[in-house]
Amino acid sequence: MSQPLHAPLEISFDYTRSLGPTLSEFATALAGRRILGARAADGRVHAPPFEFDPVTGLPPAELTEVGPGGTVLTWTWTDRPLDGQPLDRPFGWALIRLDGADTSMLHAVDAGSAGQMSAGMRVRPRWSDRSGTGITDIACFEPDEEGSRGRGGSWTDEPHPNSITMITSPVRLSYDHTVSPGETSYLRALAEGRLIGQRCPACGKVYLPPRGACPVDGVPTQDEVALPDTGIVTTFCVVNVPFLGQQFPSPYVAASVLIDGADIAFQHLILGCPPEDVRMGMRVRAVWKPREEWGTGHNIDHFEPTGEPDAPYESYSRHL
Amino acid sequence: MTGTGTDGAVRAAVLGTGQTHHRSKRTDVSMAGLCREAVDRALADAGLTQDQVDAVVVGKAPDLFEGVMMPELYLADALGAVGKPLLRVHTAGSVGGATGIVAASLVQSGVHRRVLAVAFEKQSESNAMWALSITPPFSMPVLAGAGGYFAPHIRSYIRRSGAPAHIGAMVAAKDRRNGARNPFAHLRQADMTAEKVLASPMLWDPVRYDETCPSSDGACAVVIGDQAAAEATAGPVAWIRATSMRTEPTMFSGKDNVNPRAGADAAAALWQAAGITSPRDQIDAAEIYVPFSWFEPMWLENLGFAEAGQGWRMTEAGDTEITGALPVNPSGGVLSSNPIGASGLLRFAEAAMQVMGTAGDHQVPGATTALGHAYGGGSQYFSMWVVATTPG
Amino acid sequence: MTDVAVIGFAEAPAERHSPATTNGVEMLVPIFAEVFAATGLTKDDIGFWCSGSSDYLAGRAFSFVSAVDAIGAFPPVMESHVEMDGAWALYEAWLKVKTGEAEIALAYGFGKSSAGNLRRVLALQLDPYLVAPLWPDSVAIAALQARAGIEAGAWSEQEMAEVAARSRASALDNPRALVRGGRPAAELLEEPYVADPLRAHDCAPVTDGAAVVILAADERAWELCPRPAWITGFEHRIDSAALGARDLTTSPSAAAAGQAAGASRAEVAELHAPFTHQELILRRALGLGADVRVNPSGGALCGNPMFAAGLARIGSAAEQIISGRAQVALGHATGGPALQQNLVCVLEARSEDSA
Repeated sequence: MSQPLHAPLEISFDYTRSLGPTLSEFATALAGRRILGARAADGRVHAPPFEFDPVTGLPPAELTEVGPGGTVLTWTWTDRPLDGQPLDRPFGWALIRLDGADTSMLHAVDAGSAGQMSAGMRVRPRWSDRSGTGITDIACFEPDEEGSRGRGGSWTDEPHPNSITMITSPVRLSYDHTVSPGETSYLRALAEGRLIGQRCPACGKVYLPPRGACPVDGVPTQDEVALPDTGIVTTFCVVNVPFLGQQFPSPYVAASVLIDGADIAFQHLILGCPPEDVRMGMRVRAVWKPREEWGTGHNIDHFEPTGEPDAPYESYSRHL
Repeated sequence: MTGTGTDGAVRAAVLGTGQTHHRSKRTDVSMAGLCREAVDRALADAGLTQDQVDAVVVGKAPDLFEGVMMPELYLADALGAVGKPLLRVHTAGSVGGATGIVAASLVQSGVHRRVLAVAFEKQSESNAMWALSITPPFSMPVLAGAGGYFAPHIRSYIRRSGAPAHIGAMVAAKDRRNGARNPFAHLRQADMTAEKVLASPMLWDPVRYDETCPSSDGACAVVIGDQAAAEATAGPVAWIRATSMRTEPTMFSGKDNVNPRAGADAAAALWQAAGITSPRDQIDAAEIYVPFSWFEPMWLENLGFAEAGQGWRMTEAGDTEITGALPVNPSGGVLSSNPIGASGLLRFAEAAMQVMGTAGDHQVPGATTALGHAYGGGSQYFSMWVVATTPG
Repeated sequence: MTDVAVIGFAEAPAERHSPATTNGVEMLVPIFAEVFAATGLTKDDIGFWCSGSSDYLAGRAFSFVSAVDAIGAFPPVMESHVEMDGAWALYEAWLKVKTGEAEIALAYGFGKSSAGNLRRVLALQLDPYLVAPLWPDSVAIAALQARAGIEAGAWSEQEMAEVAARSRASALDNPRALVRGGRPAAELLEEPYVADPLRAHDCAPVTDGAAVVILAADERAWELCPRPAWITGFEHRIDSAALGARDLTTSPSAAAAGQAAGASRAEVAELHAPFTHQELILRRALGLGADVRVNPSGGALCGNPMFAAGLARIGSAAEQIISGRAQVALGHATGGPALQQNLVCVLEARSEDSA
C-alpha cells in the first residue's frame, strides 16, 4: 500500500489572558521596570509571585520588590533557538534567584556562549523595548560582571501609568497531519474524478470516505467500492452566522449527503438553488471543480439538485 | 453490566457545591482565580478546608480553548493539589459529568474519603468556534462550530417527531427565565418569551440566536465524600444513588443522531442502578445538558422521560417549567451559562443543590431525587447521575 | 474489596515517524487484536474502557473522539478519557473494577509525538502567564534539572551516560524499542551536548506509539491468566508547577506515591524516565536499591511514545510477573515538566491457593 497522504496543519491564535489581581500587580510593576515577589506564610519570598500561598492557599497579602539583579542557580544552553523564544541567537536558559527572593525565576540569559554561563554567576535584567507584555517585558537577563546588587542599568523611576490586566500570548504551532490509508485511497480517487468507498469486511457497510477502521467493528476497511457522484440530502442546516476561519460566504447550506450505494452520509455544500429550497430527501449530484483546479482533496466544489423527485423519507430515515 | 448503584461499593455523597458567576469574559481573574472562586465556595458549602481534601479531579474541554496543554499541571498549586493525587478528565462536552463520576468512583472504590472535583472553561482566552472549526488538511471545510454540527440533527428531530416549530423557542424562553432566578447565571432574562426567541436571527437554520448557549467563562466544583464524611457534614448532603457513562463512535453507519443509543443505554443503566422504574414520576428535578433548545425534547426521549417522538409534548404542556411535573433546568441550564468544560459538572452540581435544598430562588420545592446529565462529542459521550436526599 | 490484576499487555513498535493518523486508530487496531488474541477476550468482554492522549500532540480539539473507532464502539461501551498518559487511564479503569462496575477493564494510550515539534509543543505545559510566554522547550527544562543535580553533587554526567548505556543494552532484547545498542558510557560521553549538560543519549527519542493493558477482578483474573500481576499498590501524586520553587534534584511526588504503594519491595522496576538523570532521581525517590533491575525493556530512553509510555512501563512490569521472571515488579509513569507528576503501580505474583 502506498504511503498515506500528509500535509502541514498550522494552528495559530493570539490568546488573551486576564491576569487577576496578583499577576496584574506583577505585570504592572514589570511595565514600570520593577520586579515583585510574594512573601509566603512561612516567610519565603517567591519571585515570580504565587497567586495562592503554598502554605495557606490564600492570595498574597502584599507583593514586595526583589532584584533586579540575581544569581544563576542552574542553567543550560541553546544553540538553535526555537520560534517564540526570547533571543534569536544562541543563548542560555537559567533559573535565577533574584536578590531578596527565596525561589527562582526561569528566563533567558544573553551570555554569548555556553562558556560564559555558570552556576553562581550574577545577572541583571535587560528590559524589552515594549512594556505591558508581562514576563516578556524582561527581554532576557545578561551577565552583570560588576556584580552590582543595585538596580539594572536600564531601570527607570517612572511608574507605569496603566494597570496591566491582560497579556496576549500568541501560540503558533505546525503539525504534519496524516490521513488514514482508507482516506488516502479515497482522496487519490477524488484526484482522478472518482468516488471510492470501502466496505467493512465484518458488517458489509460501505464507508465514504473510509475511516481508519469500521467504527462498529473496529477492523480496517479495505475492499474498494466505486460509487456514483449522485445521492440525496438526508439533513442539513443553513449557516447564516459568520465566524473566524470561515471558508464560504454566508448563508450556505451544510448538508449530510448520502451517496447512492454508500451506507453513511458525508458533509458537503449545496449550491445551485436558494437555501430555502433545499429539502431533506432532495436528490443531488456533484459539481466538480474545473479540471485545471484539481488537486488532492476536495475536487467536488459542491452538490446541486438533480431535479429528480425527492427520495421518500423511509428510504433515508435510518441515516438520520 | 450497569451503572454504579450502592451495592458493594462505598456510599458517596456530595458534601458541597460551588460555582463562579459565569460571564462572557471574566477578565477580573486568571484561570487559577476562576477555579478558586468555585472551589472556595464548594469547600465552604461542605464546611471543609483544602487540607481535608484527599484528591483532586480536574475536568476541562479541549486544551486549545485556553492554549494551555494540560492546564491542571499549572493549577496544581492553586487547587491545593500539591502532594496529592490529581486526575485530569477530558470526555468532550460531557467532561464535567465525567469529572463528577471519576470523583465519585474515587470514593466508591474506597480509595479516598473526600475528593474535590473542579471543572472550568475560560472561553474568553480564545474563541471556541475557531478551535472547533479548525479544518485539518484534506477535509471538507463545511464545519461551522457546534451549532453547525447539531442543527442538521435538530432538523431531523423535527421531521421525525412532527414537533411544531415553536417548541425550541419555548425551551429557550423557559431556560432564560429560569436563569434569571439563578444569581450565578451568565444570561438572566426574566422577561424572555417564545415570541422574542422566534424573532431572533436564524443562525444555523433551524436554530435561532436565542436558542443557542452563550460562550461563558466559568467554573464549578463539588466535594464528594464517603458515608462518614457525609455524616460529619453539618449541612445537607446529596447522596449519589447511581452514576452512568456510555460512549459510541462519532459517526458510523446506522448512527441515530436524534436518539443516540449510547444515551439511551446510559439512562437505562442509570435508572436500573438507582432503582428507578418510572423516571417521569420518580425524578423531581432534572438538569439536562441542553446547549441548543431543541435538545430538551430530544433528551427527554433519549432519557426515557417520554416515548420516542413525544418529548416535545412535555415541553409544550409546560411539564418542564420549574412549576411543572418534571422541572428541567431550573438553574437556566446550558442555555443560560456555558463554560463548556464546567457545564456538565454544573448540571451535576445543580441536581445536588436541588436535593440539598440549596438552590435558592430556583429551588424546586420538596425535591428529593434529581438527575444530572451531560453529553459531548458528536452526541457520543454521555454521563449522568442520580442524587437524592437519602442514601437509599 | 475487589483485588485487581493486570492480565494482558501489548504495545505498538516504537517508531520515529509512524504513518498512522493522530487519531491513534492505525496504531491501536493491531495491538487490540494482539492483546485479545493473547487473553482469549473479545471487545464484548470489556466492561470499562479508558484512554489517555493529548489534543496538543495531535494539533486539534477533540482528537481522541475518533480513537474509539478502533474499539468498534457499537453497541455503546462504558468508556472514559484522561488528558494524561494512559497510566492514569489505567488508574481510572482500576477504580471501576474496584467499585464493581466492571470485572474486566481495558486502558490504552496513544501518541503521535512526531506530528508536531514535540519539545516546543510541551512548552505549553508550563505556567501560561509566567513561563510559557518564553517558550522554554522540554529539553531545556530537563537540562536545567540535570545541571541542578550535577551542581548539587547528586549525580554526574558519567552516571547519566551509564544509565543510557545500560538502557540501550537492555533494549537489544526488546524488538519494539526504537533505540538500542551497546556503546559504552565512555564513548557516549564523547558526543556533543544537545542542551548542556544533556547529550542525545540523555534524552528519550521523539516516538510514536500506543499501548494497551487489560485488568481483571479476582477469579476472572485467574481464569484469564495463569500468573496474573496483582496490583498491590497504585498511587500517584503531583508536585508544584513552580519550577523555581521546587528542589529539582528530588521528586517528592514520586517518593510519596512510592511510599504509599510499597515501591521499595520491587525486584524489578520499569521507570518512565525520559531523561537519564530522571532515572537517578526516581531510583532514590522510590527507594530502589542497587539490586533492583531497572528498565529491562530499555525504558523510555529507548522509546517514549507520549501518553502511552507510562502505561507501557506498567505493562512491561506486569510482563515480568506474568512471565514468571519476578515476584514483585513496579511500573512508573510521569507527566508534566521535570517529573512534576508521578504514578507508581506495584504488581505482585500470588499463588492461586492464597487468593
